[in-house]
Amino acid sequence: MLTGLAAAFFYLFALIAVASAVMVIAARNPVHSVLFLILTFFNAAALFLLTGAEFLAMILLVVYVGAVAVLFLFVVMMLDVDFAELKAGALQYAPIGALVGIILVAELAVVLGGYALSPNVAASVAEPMRDLAERHNTAQLGDILYTDYVYAFQIAGLVLLVAMIGAIVLTLRHKEGVKRQVIADQVARDHRTAIEVRKVESGKGI
Amino acid sequence: MMTADLATSLSLAAPELIVAVGAIVLLMLGVFSGPKASSTITGLAVAILIGALAWMVFFVDDGKAFNGAFTSDPFARLMKLLALIGSVVTLVMSVGFAKAEKFDKFEFPVLVMLSTLGMMLMISADDTLSLYLGLELQSLALYVVAAFNRDSVRSTEAGLKYFVLGALSSGMLLYGISLVYGFTGHTGFVAIADTIANGDRNLGLIFGLVFILAGLAFKISAVPFHMWTPDVYEGAPTPVTAFFAAAPKMAAMALVVRVVSEAFAPMHSDWQQVIVFISIASMVLGAFGAIGQRNIKRLMAYSSIGHMGYALVGLAAGTLAGVQGVVIYMIIYLAMTLGTFAFILAMRRKEGNVEQIDDLAGLSSTNPVMATILTILMFSLAGIPPLAGFWAKWSVFLAAMEANLFALAVIGVLASVVGAYYYLRIIKIMWFDEPAGGLQPVAGELGLVLGLSGLFTLLYIVVAGPIGAVAQTAARTFF
Amino acid sequence: MNDLLSSYLPIIIFLGLCLVIGLALMLAPFILAYKNPDPAKLSAYECGFDAFDDARMKFDVRFYLVSILFIIFDLEVAFLFPWAVSFGAIGWFGFWSMMVFLGILTIGFVYEWKKGALEWD
Repeated sequence: MLTGLAAAFFYLFALIAVASAVMVIAARNPVHSVLFLILTFFNAAALFLLTGAEFLAMILLVVYVGAVAVLFLFVVMMLDVDFAELKAGALQYAPIGALVGIILVAELAVVLGGYALSPNVAASVAEPMRDLAERHNTAQLGDILYTDYVYAFQIAGLVLLVAMIGAIVLTLRHKEGVKRQVIADQVARDHRTAIEVRKVESGKGI
Repeated sequence: MMTADLATSLSLAAPELIVAVGAIVLLMLGVFSGPKASSTITGLAVAILIGALAWMVFFVDDGKAFNGAFTSDPFARLMKLLALIGSVVTLVMSVGFAKAEKFDKFEFPVLVMLSTLGMMLMISADDTLSLYLGLELQSLALYVVAAFNRDSVRSTEAGLKYFVLGALSSGMLLYGISLVYGFTGHTGFVAIADTIANGDRNLGLIFGLVFILAGLAFKISAVPFHMWTPDVYEGAPTPVTAFFAAAPKMAAMALVVRVVSEAFAPMHSDWQQVIVFISIASMVLGAFGAIGQRNIKRLMAYSSIGHMGYALVGLAAGTLAGVQGVVIYMIIYLAMTLGTFAFILAMRRKEGNVEQIDDLAGLSSTNPVMATILTILMFSLAGIPPLAGFWAKWSVFLAAMEANLFALAVIGVLASVVGAYYYLRIIKIMWFDEPAGGLQPVAGELGLVLGLSGLFTLLYIVVAGPIGAVAQTAARTFF
Repeated sequence: MNDLLSSYLPIIIFLGLCLVIGLALMLAPFILAYKNPDPAKLSAYECGFDAFDDARMKFDVRFYLVSILFIIFDLEVAFLFPWAVSFGAIGWFGFWSMMVFLGILTIGFVYEWKKGALEWD
């Protein structure tokens, strides 16, 4: 349980996270939505920190804020969609949204109810985390990820490889007939191929 | 992890290693040798997959590898064999199509190989982590190949639809896995089963189980998670559709069987309800949904939904005979599906491939051999004795009866009677309608697949004994 | 636990300071500045002129490919942090494990390079 100052910060970050999450869907301008999303990410990262999950907090910043949010901005700018028009029709999807929301709330209820249903669940965890004062979160992950979980780690590498191939196969297009700079050719030129010294008789051109 | 452990682990996972390294080497080979080399790459991919298959059959023992994340047992090896056969045959069948339809990019065989690798990892997964990673590796490659023909609106739509719904199902699966981890404290299947057997079965665990099954049901396109199937089958390029219908189904079905009969074995009565429900829903929807279809690929989509329902009938029984029935069903389904898709790929006119059922009108007079083989396949898909499809249904229904699931078996039989209607309609169109312009002669490799598949279906009764024995050995893994 | 959190105290103080200074600079003009607007003062002046149209325009789809590839390598880097932190504890096995992982992604990088995905034609 968090107490004192930590609890105060928890409520501060949680409040900002929820408020900015609401703004993500309420903002008129989609670019503002993305910016609010970034604020949500930041606060979620702060919440991770409060629970001692330093690595997740940093990854949230590096990957989600640093890369995914940038991708979202690109997408929002790239799609020339009339967002006002899009939002006008949004209300008819409200029942589906409500359904998804109810399912999510039910899921949360299951997790929270889990503590009531089986209070000793935490005791059955096979490999509980060690005390953070002894070894911090990132190091604890590193201790097992590359050795005990080498199999999962290498598959993750292959998944990333497939993602790379997929992105290129599906989106890469080359324009025909583009003149490219070939740096090797430029560097390979020297004075013998680049200039020629000629004797020019006076009064005459070449 | 000790080095000795690593050596045994790698020897157990050698086929996977061959496929992974092979895919990487082919990727490099392809990108350095330019666009002309695509058929060479396809050939090499087939060779590597066959090599992995042979290695697996002859050299791989039983055992667990990588701290229990990976398991090699008779069931895993048999299902991997089926998945590999599915991939190899689809790659072989894609060559002609690739040339004709400007489909010949070397990335296609590489992605198929990586997807097959994902399937092999799924089948061998003995831990929820490796389950999820294998599934994602397979799915990610499948999303890309579904949209492979990126200039076609239908293909990109198929890819996008599959991706969005697939991501949703992965989310559900992951949520279920995390619930199960939260309530048992373990990710390994065996450890999960032990914890459930020793503790009480609580609500959170049941939620987790249901979410995992929902995520997996999506991958075998069982109702109510089937919505993507017809659109993706229709939109994706035909060799890709053939691949979708064959190999991933083997892997996903193997995963469903393993998860319920290994990790959740102590919760038999809980998962049985879910399996019975999706089985009935799939059989009925597969039978009725296919009736109105005009496009043969869409029809095959509904057909595959139905067949997954029938296969699940065996699993619902939850007995040795039931799992044996599922394995037999998958073997026969694979043979029939590959044959049917070889036929669909061979439906070519001068102006290109055709996909409408009406294009088959009067095929018996223009191309009697093809018409005869397709007739055999259709009769078999409908489950008419003494063809293979009948024995497939026989084995699963029998297992259901033995487990006292009479209602399930009766609904299954009724659904297959309804389903017979649309298979017979194709036969009627081929034999009794006015000819609508013949098809071009069948390419060699397609003819071979078609012939082998027809032969297997027709003469299944001859090999039924050995196949039943192999399936039983596989099923004994869990009992 | 509290040791961990207290190690983040400087950042909190820093953020608080930023907030105060930022707000002060933003709010001060409202309180202190002399305001006497008229239409000429409020219009665009000197080299400025009214906007022709929306500043949001379509980006080239190639930005998207670049950022996707960036995300993939970003994730690769994410795996490097814990590796570097516990490098002393995981020995040669951990080292080679990472080398294989990097090797797989280097293959992807070579593919990308040869395909010309890094060029902007």
